[in-house]
Amino acid sequence: MNIFVCVKQVPDTETKVVPTGDGSYIETNSIKWILNPYDEFAVEQALQVKAANSGSTITVVRVGGVKDTEALRTAMAMGADEAILIEAGDNVDSYMTAKAIKGAIEKSGKNPDLILTGKQAIDDDCLQVPQLLAQMLGMPSVSVVVGFEQDGDGYVLKREIEGGTIEVYSANSPAVVACNKGLNTPRYPSLPGIIKAKRKPMEKWTLSDVGVADSDRRVNYSNFQLPPEKPPGKKFEAMDEGVQASVVSEVVNLLRTEAKVI
Amino acid sequence: MTDYNYAPEQVEIREAALKFAKNEMLPRAGEFDQKQELPLEILTKAWELGLVNTCIPTEYGGAGFSTLDAVIISESLAYGCMGMNTAIMANDLALLPIALFGSDEQKKRFLTPFTESYKIASFCLTEPEQGSDAASIKTTLKKDGDDYILNGQKMWITNAGYADLFVVYATIDPSLKHKGITACVVEKGTKGIEIGKAEHKMGHRCSDTRAMNFNNVRIPAENILMKAGSGWEIAKKTLDHSRPLVAASALGGAQCAFDHAIKYAKERKQFGKPLAKHQAIQFMLADMAIKLENSRNLVHKAAWLLDEGKENTKIASFAKAYAADSCMEITTDAVQIFGGYGYSVEYPVEKLMRDAKLIQIYEGTSQIQRLIIAREILN
Repeated sequence: MNIFVCVKQVPDTETKVVPTGDGSYIETNSIKWILNPYDEFAVEQALQVKAANSGSTITVVRVGGVKDTEALRTAMAMGADEAILIEAGDNVDSYMTAKAIKGAIEKSGKNPDLILTGKQAIDDDCLQVPQLLAQMLGMPSVSVVVGFEQDGDGYVLKREIEGGTIEVYSANSPAVVACNKGLNTPRYPSLPGIIKAKRKPMEKWTLSDVGVADSDRRVNYSNFQLPPEKPPGKKFEAMDEGVQASVVSEVVNLLRTEAKVI
Repeated sequence: MTDYNYAPEQVEIREAALKFAKNEMLPRAGEFDQKQELPLEILTKAWELGLVNTCIPTEYGGAGFSTLDAVIISESLAYGCMGMNTAIMANDLALLPIALFGSDEQKKRFLTPFTESYKIASFCLTEPEQGSDAASIKTTLKKDGDDYILNGQKMWITNAGYADLFVVYATIDPSLKHKGITACVVEKGTKGIEIGKAEHKMGHRCSDTRAMNFNNVRIPAENILMKAGSGWEIAKKTLDHSRPLVAASALGGAQCAFDHAIKYAKERKQFGKPLAKHQAIQFMLADMAIKLENSRNLVHKAAWLLDEGKENTKIASFAKAYAADSCMEITTDAVQIFGGYGYSVEYPVEKLMRDAKLIQIYEGTSQIQRLIIAREILN
């Protein structure tokens, strides 16, 4: 089987985010990059599918900045076989990303049997690339997947919807499957895996190599801002029994009128 | 001049080992300390990731790590739990004599199985009456036809209750002193091995420590490392390799205590401001930071010298003595910064202080390190 895993490299969750001066993106100079946590589920699923289908190859594809290749190296250290890096800016939009991945898969010369992605990236939270990619490739897609089984030529996919209800889909191969937390437990990269990852092949292509032009941009980012600072919390002293009744009614009133939570 | 940067691969090794330590070891360190139980599941997982038996060369199925790689791993794992790391390092201590001095046949026979599944090993040198004075060990190895017969008692043997393999030091003739010492490999289940009950310890309580008796244990000649009488040289060189690992473990534990202290000092308020704004606490934190940096540099140099094929005895003893003593001081100060909370088992730092003490004692006490250093600098 040819399994493709689309990954994104995102700022570490502990990053202190600072918008650039012109508001077009965030400062990336001192960011520590990691593999998008939802994509770890996709890589793990690919490894499990590969283990069950001998002779399979896992190709990881990433579109984005090239200062660091942490995400691809992590995926290969976990066990993916090879990588394709499409060199682009850090702030490419979902449409360009999907189109670039489509171009990369076609350029690779491999016919995909399965494309796995995370359900979303934790930086911009767009949740668009899997569906756009599936549409462009004319494949079925299922997102927020928490259960995966191979069934003959296709896949039986469990998808979580509001309220914890599970929908079960049957999809023909090839399909785009966007993975959610709960699908599996991603393995740690082993130390021999880390060392082996260095020797695994990584193709580097530009956006134009995979047929993407500046005119493909659908979203221009112009005004990144930090959220407004939260006002400080209020503290109420009610150790003295005499004031407790009035303090409680004041708190209840504020929760109702100001915080609007009750 | 030396390059102080880690190679890119070492950065990744460190991140992977530290991630494992923080996610898998640290959250359960207190639990296994209280249960006094070897965390086999965690250790097996560490083995699966390649974090155990770092000394096994690639020819025998190992990853072929440098000593510098190995100390980076040891420091990272000790950050999670010094006790668990003791169980991990005890494997290296036992396998190093084989990796360094074993014949090709012995390496294949004894090391390769450790790369195929998680197995446990013990290094048996100390005896009830001989600790620091290791040249006076009384366990005997007597020739009997083609074999040897092993008799004697060993004490404070890490991993003894779980080990698949023991590297035992004995003497072929006590009157020869260190020239009679011989190292042999004893396999689990050999007739005549008697393993004592688990010791109840102050720290490293999740690691398994026992006394052992060898009663007429028959050792085939092919289990002798090098030749009879070369055990002292084997033990000395093994310790040159293992001391940087132990020093790194002290460093990892100290780093963990330091990180706890920094976090607490920023959160805890007294006299209207965080502890970290009080100069008395700042001085303590600054001293801790200096000791950490010095320990790390010594550990790295001790490892780097070996990787360069150079003599490291003096620097390895510097590293072991300094990092262990610093770990004791740093963990003690961390408890002090936590105040009453630091003394409670509900908080993590008292365990670190208990664990630190052992590193000043095992694999050559801080005093023995100074004797070695004195011998080296006066020579």
